[in-house]
Amino acid sequence: MVRIVYLGKFADWAGRDEEEFEAPLDWEGLAQRVEPRIAEELRGDRAHISLDGVVLADKQALSAKDGSEVALLPPVSGG
Amino acid sequence: MARISLAAPVEARVLDKGLSVGEAQAAFSNINRLSGGIASFLGKVRDDGETQALELTHYAPLTEPAIRELAQEALSRFALDGVLVWHRIGVMTRGQPIVLVMAAAPHRRAAFDAVDFLMDHLKSASWLWKREKRGGTWEWIEPRAEDRLDLSRWT
Repeated sequence: MVRIVYLGKFADWAGRDEEEFEAPLDWEGLAQRVEPRIAEELRGDRAHISLDGVVLADKQALSAKDGSEVALLPPVSGG
Repeated sequence: MARISLAAPVEARVLDKGLSVGEAQAAFSNINRLSGGIASFLGKVRDDGETQALELTHYAPLTEPAIRELAQEALSRFALDGVLVWHRIGVMTRGQPIVLVMAAAPHRRAAFDAVDFLMDHLKSASWLWKREKRGGTWEWIEPRAEDRLDLSRWT
């Protein structure tokens, strides 16, 4: 299984902080399984994906294996 | 003697409880006692008459390592002796500190610039997610155009 972690507003949209998807998981599989508006925002350039603590330069190159953690990162704001 | 010990020359922390500003300033000044100057910025939850609370979320595998990397970048980019970045997460209310940034340098300009650089990056290019509670409703905040313009000054 691949653990999916929702951050920020994605957690509100998904109605949970995390869940598990079947491994292996690629970009298409992820985009099909998450809430449509999360998938839509992930297609934009201000949302990001990390795989096991590394932010992907190319989201579409996602390739998560059994035991991996994929975090879905909406646009950030701190300070 | 300062009661807390800081890493030098780069001190970066994500804190889930109160941020002791005075202690951090005393300790930072102590470890950089031979620096010509220290610039310090403290960001707080403002009272705009509407915001009841503010909450910051982080993602542990990314947030603190990236903030440490950012502080390291400031150290190499400006002529600094030391740098400190402490950022709160969790729920904060009016008047409470959110972020403390300090830079120690032989000369003031590098210290001012480093703090400015760090704050611009913390506002819109760090792994933090902010929401504010107004009229009983939580709302996610995204950087304003002004914040993005501030950030673009450094590229």
